[in-house]
Amino acid sequence: MFNLNKNKLITLLKVQYSNMLEYRVEIALWAISGIIPFFMLNIWTSNNLNESINLSNVMLSRYFLSAFFVRQFSVVWVVFTFEEDALLGKISPYLIQPLNPFFRYFAQHLAEQITRFPFAIIIAIIFFLINPESIWIPSLGIFLLSCVSTFFSFLIQFLIQSIIACLCFWTERASSIERLLFIPTLFLSGLLAPVISFPEYIKSWIYITPFPYLIDFPANLLSGNDTNAISGFVMQIIWILFLFPIFKRTWNLGTKKYTAMGS
Amino acid sequence: MNIKKYLKVYSLFLYTSIASELEYKTNVIIDFITAILSLLGSLFLLTIFFQNTDNIGGWNFEQALIIQGIYTILNGITNTWFNPNLKEIVNYIREGTLDFVLLKPIDSQFIISLKKIAPSGFLEIILGIALLFYCIIINQININLVFLFLCFTTLFCSIGILYSLWFLISTTTIWFVKTWNATEVLRSFLYIGRFPLNSFSFSLRIFFSIFIPIAFITTIPSEVFLGIAQLWEILLELIISFIFFIVSRRFWLFALKYYTSASS
Repeated sequence: MFNLNKNKLITLLKVQYSNMLEYRVEIALWAISGIIPFFMLNIWTSNNLNESINLSNVMLSRYFLSAFFVRQFSVVWVVFTFEEDALLGKISPYLIQPLNPFFRYFAQHLAEQITRFPFAIIIAIIFFLINPESIWIPSLGIFLLSCVSTFFSFLIQFLIQSIIACLCFWTERASSIERLLFIPTLFLSGLLAPVISFPEYIKSWIYITPFPYLIDFPANLLSGNDTNAISGFVMQIIWILFLFPIFKRTWNLGTKKYTAMGS
Repeated sequence: MNIKKYLKVYSLFLYTSIASELEYKTNVIIDFITAILSLLGSLFLLTIFFQNTDNIGGWNFEQALIIQGIYTILNGITNTWFNPNLKEIVNYIREGTLDFVLLKPIDSQFIISLKKIAPSGFLEIILGIALLFYCIIINQININLVFLFLCFTTLFCSIGILYSLWFLISTTTIWFVKTWNATEVLRSFLYIGRFPLNSFSFSLRIFFSIFIPIAFITTIPSEVFLGIAQLWEILLELIISFIFFIVSRRFWLFALKYYTSASS
């Protein structure tokens, strides 16, 4: 199933990166559309809502800035690309190639993240100019760990979306399932409110779902807020190991089910 | 303008697009569930905010629910009419099919803005109205004719501003071809429309009332609903929606001059 070596991966990345560079304005706009966490921060601090959760304004602003970063580098849109490709019949030539098409999408995402990096930095600099007191430099170890956990968060979302994308083989519009799944991701991942501020009845079960590990955990790690790093990583890895075989199975079933346009 | 003709054409649009949407029945059901969950999610977020405080920006929980209701209605309208149609403009331009639209003996903006409909937004509109009714009860609002008239006027103006904003951005497709992301930026800005304007810091308040008039879209109708809106606010909203609508119309006609079809 996976017929990948280093050369192929590098070539894929190079191709997709130059492809992405063509759409720089578009990617800058994507980066801007991710600034919701800053609006949320503004509500939290303007109304002193953070007093109850024992987070100072500075720590909260670091949290939301980290959440912005984690979101920028873990956002996944593979369902939409795959759906379009499937509807237009572009999948057929991909299937003939000795490489799983999801590697192509994977490389696309990585290339987009690289292209997006400078824009995210610019937004962060503007943020620091407005909130100079929240400047902080995480230690190298913490920084690397949060990069890894952000990448894991990206992997979890990529796998979930790939499974949904495979449903395109059965139903033509898988993106509506993705929109459904996006709702809990939006409200439970910690993008709009840190998970520690959630009421007890939610906190009692939320940590076994994948949602807090998508934004809240990496963002807490990066911003230096309290978090249990070991259990966070363990849960992320468990979710990846759980989702991967499901993806493999739906992919195999789906390609068997697949009939190209006209056949 | 022959209104009868337009109404007839619109009822045809309505019929065909609903028929084609209903072909994907599971899809419609999933969209309905999404609408319900999305409202529950916003209410959940509100309860987090109100866990330890009794007001944000001077609005208590019962009052903030009104904004939520109005936001839900407007979001439903966006999902039903604006989103499916204006997304299509990109396809018209990329595939050069805008030519066929322009050749038709009917206003091009009319076709482009109203041709499609996504029925899933209906549920959001209904949910929003239901929430508003609930708010009338818990806030003990007296309904009279003036109240209803002002509510509908401001809501209508909000829809006008919202439509004009979407249409303005979509029109830029004629130059930039892909503006899907620009609408995404607008969407994320609109997202803050579910909170009262006063709950933001002063600088953001200025930003959201001058540059992107989100303040007018949800906060003023909610104030009217509560009976605390000032007359000048209502007048200002009327004027702004009027200006926005005229500008978007003019901009469309202006942009068409720059339209070169796919082959020329």
